[in-house]
Amino acid sequence: MIAELGHAMLWIAAGLALLQIVAGIFELRGRHIVAARPLAIAQGVLTMIAFLLLIWLFVRSDMSVDLIARNSHSDKPLIYRISGTWGNHEGSMLLWLTILGFAGAMVGLFEKRLDARTLTATLVAQASLALGFFTFLLLVSNPFKRLVPAPPQGLGLNPLLQDPGLAFHPPTLYLGYVGLSVAFSFAVGAMITRDVGPAFARAMRPWVLLSWIFLTIGIVAGSYWAYYELGWGGWWFWDPVENASLMPWIAATALLHSVSVTATRDALRTWTLMLAVVGFSMSMLGTFIVRSGLLTSVHSFAVDPERGLYILGLLAFYIGGALLLFGLRVGAVAESQRFNWMSREAALVLNNLLLSVILVIVLVGTMSPIVAEALGSQISVGPPYYNPWTAAFALPLVAVMVLGPLLRWRQDDGAKVRKWAPLLIGAIVITIVLCLIFAPGMGILPLLGLALAVGVGIVSLAPLVGRNLRRTPLPVWGMVFAHFGVAVALVGMATESAFIKERLAAVRVGETVEVANWRVRLTDVRPVVGPNWTAVEAVLDVQRGNSDVETMRPQARTFNQPQTETNEAALKTVWNGQLYAVLGQSAGRDEQGRERWQLRLWWKPLVWFIWAGGGLIALGGLLSLIGRIQPLRTFRGNKAAA
Amino acid sequence: MIRFLAWLVAVIVALGAMLAPPPAHGQSGLPPAPYAYKQIDDPVKEEQARELMHELRCLVCQGQSIADSDAPLAGDMRSQVRERIAAGETPDQVRSWLVDRYGAWVTYDPPLGPETFLLFVAPLLALLFGGWLVLGRLQRAPDTERETPA
Amino acid sequence: MTSEADKPARSSWVLWLPFALVLSLGVLIWWGLSSGGESRLVESRWIDKPVPEFDLPPAMPGQPGVSSRQFSDGKPRLINIFASWCIPCRVEAPQLEALRDRGVIIEGIAIRDRPEDLARFLADHGNPFVGIGADQQSAVQIALGSSGVPETFLVDGDGIIREQIQGVVTAEMVPEIVARLERMER
Repeated sequence: MIAELGHAMLWIAAGLALLQIVAGIFELRGRHIVAARPLAIAQGVLTMIAFLLLIWLFVRSDMSVDLIARNSHSDKPLIYRISGTWGNHEGSMLLWLTILGFAGAMVGLFEKRLDARTLTATLVAQASLALGFFTFLLLVSNPFKRLVPAPPQGLGLNPLLQDPGLAFHPPTLYLGYVGLSVAFSFAVGAMITRDVGPAFARAMRPWVLLSWIFLTIGIVAGSYWAYYELGWGGWWFWDPVENASLMPWIAATALLHSVSVTATRDALRTWTLMLAVVGFSMSMLGTFIVRSGLLTSVHSFAVDPERGLYILGLLAFYIGGALLLFGLRVGAVAESQRFNWMSREAALVLNNLLLSVILVIVLVGTMSPIVAEALGSQISVGPPYYNPWTAAFALPLVAVMVLGPLLRWRQDDGAKVRKWAPLLIGAIVITIVLCLIFAPGMGILPLLGLALAVGVGIVSLAPLVGRNLRRTPLPVWGMVFAHFGVAVALVGMATESAFIKERLAAVRVGETVEVANWRVRLTDVRPVVGPNWTAVEAVLDVQRGNSDVETMRPQARTFNQPQTETNEAALKTVWNGQLYAVLGQSAGRDEQGRERWQLRLWWKPLVWFIWAGGGLIALGGLLSLIGRIQPLRTFRGNKAAA
Repeated sequence: MIRFLAWLVAVIVALGAMLAPPPAHGQSGLPPAPYAYKQIDDPVKEEQARELMHELRCLVCQGQSIADSDAPLAGDMRSQVRERIAAGETPDQVRSWLVDRYGAWVTYDPPLGPETFLLFVAPLLALLFGGWLVLGRLQRAPDTERETPA
Repeated sequence: MTSEADKPARSSWVLWLPFALVLSLGVLIWWGLSSGGESRLVESRWIDKPVPEFDLPPAMPGQPGVSSRQFSDGKPRLINIFASWCIPCRVEAPQLEALRDRGVIIEGIAIRDRPEDLARFLADHGNPFVGIGADQQSAVQIALGSSGVPETFLVDGDGIIREQIQGVVTAEMVPEIVARLERMER
């Protein structure tokens, strides 16, 4: 019954979305009905109920539902039965729709700043998005389909997904992806009513911030997951699926900065609209790449090429439609303010330009294997392409980040830049000199990265200097945290790539190997049994210099359902880095017949700075968001008084 | 049409799955190649080999470099790379030896060619075009509010 | 507000550029999808080139191995890359037998295999090979540009590789293979 109930909810929600479009169009034509808002809320609530019902079915391991029989197993721990809900195509599409409906409902409930007509147009756009994905879900990938006869057990979930971090990674990323749908709908709404200006930008900004925060958390968490779960210590592979999450983030980062320019200086109107469209387009493209199996990836779990063409059709309709609207209507949007080259907005424009170029690099790199195949050859694009090309634009971007916050809006005389220049140049030169003395063989990119990171680290604090910290507005704090986070992450990336130490060895029990200044002794290798896996576990006594001996336990696991082998790395975190240990297969026996085991050890200096920096960036976003929402009440109060 | 395409895709995926040894029974019991999980003694050469292995694509796992894979063939390729570099070949020689056999697919460093020129041209075009747009939005005449130039 | 602010923004081809770009991206993706996505098969580029030099020791004690020097004796032949641990190879075995029965010379290259496993495999599925070389570290496989098991190469009488078959040789392919090898004989 529950499955049928969920299915019915989805149909009703789809009907409401259609109704919302019709009612919205009537509202826009001047009829006095106020239906779009309540309909958006009702539609969101129904979709959420349907999603909760699906989770409930997974928790109960109801094998009479086709989806659950194919993707779950009653032996699994509760948390993975829940996360199994979105570890497959249908479930993840329903999650996508749930968040879309949720976002629409949120706009219906809380958006008070946007002009009423633009809001209605926005809700129409949001409902059209939902309707398209509803038809896709209901016609081609119904998650509630029954299976007759019901099997006693399910097929199980990909063991790589049986990880607490990853269980909640997709929902976080989806919140970010789909959150950008609000910005997209805002832009479409504004293009329909041609009402673009500071008020519009101020209304859009919190929504962009919100989804940008989730995207940041999602990417940072995903990177950390790949780092410890794949067992080779890499934290970014430039894999298509990773790029798919990076592209919307780049677009959202650019949008976040351009929307500030529009809100403060009424410049970059059309560009902000464009970025809002591009941001969500990249989100849809990202989901599409992951789901369609168009490109091969380490991370493709729920691939389904059959439905690829359907999603492509939806994509073409929405993105093409929005860009068509852009071409038709934006010419009539009033031109925004121009700007002076020596000003805060000029720095932000440069930020947008460089971010856009980086976005182009990632997009072209990701799609190039398909281009090559269309021309009859096979190529691969990886770190040797992405690293230098993105760095060539990311390092200037960081340099702009150093200068931007020192400049005033409208027009700057360079006084603040001159004031900070000695400290900045001094710090950067000292960093470079120190690196050249202590690490003469260091690559040029890590060197520049480190030097600029020090620069950003210093200047990111500049907005706080000379202010009463308790009265500093939260958005300023947000910017400080986010920019400082970039510096921290950059230090981590540069240091890790320049000074990583690797040690691969075949080790007998009792033997000691060294990596950097760590001594690692294999004291025991023993079998371990988990709920749905068995493993070989190595017990390592690790000691750094003369400090205390500590124990690490990397495992080589074999999961039962389906049978798969994974490596569970063991990590030892200290203030200046991490020791990363992986147990491989048996390396055969030595001359005396004693078994040897493969150990992979890495010393990764400052590696955790990467994710700590990412966390600071997300925290900065959160502070800004709180700061942007807080004055809402007083703002509304003033308006009512006026 | 769509059904046919779906069928085609399914066949290709199934073929791919057949080529890749299934993990449960598909592994040989042999110990890995000598240098699959062992470094060469010369740290300079090991560093060269490490860098190269990160730039070669694993043939059976496909989404990973041979440096990041436990697949037996990736291990054999690592061993070959290390042995060749230890014997005095340069990383570029080893790379082109493999490209001769597997095409540009095997290297993550795409060579410049008609099918890859977009990779190198698109970012520069984007920069030029964007720069042109930005210049168009700069204030043309000196503003009345403008102070003395810095 | 400056006097410029109320003028319409640029209305030119620039506004249509994003639409055009996305359109071409869509066409590309449509093409990519309809041709099955990024290919999962990596073809060997070592075609129409001489078999790389190698000399593999016998995979089974007391039986011949495989050496590339035999290959330019004027007779076209097949190189079959297989392994006892490879499940599709069992599916392929009857077709190799059929080829052998029609007079085709088949050289076997056993990848990462042990003699005892191989003996069991050959006992169960037949031995169509004139010789089997033990390729313990896939060195010959890599030298041929082969990326999986099973794979089969067609080699002409001068020792030049002419064709690569990736995956299982099916029953329908047998007559075609025989015909091609016969054509190479001239």
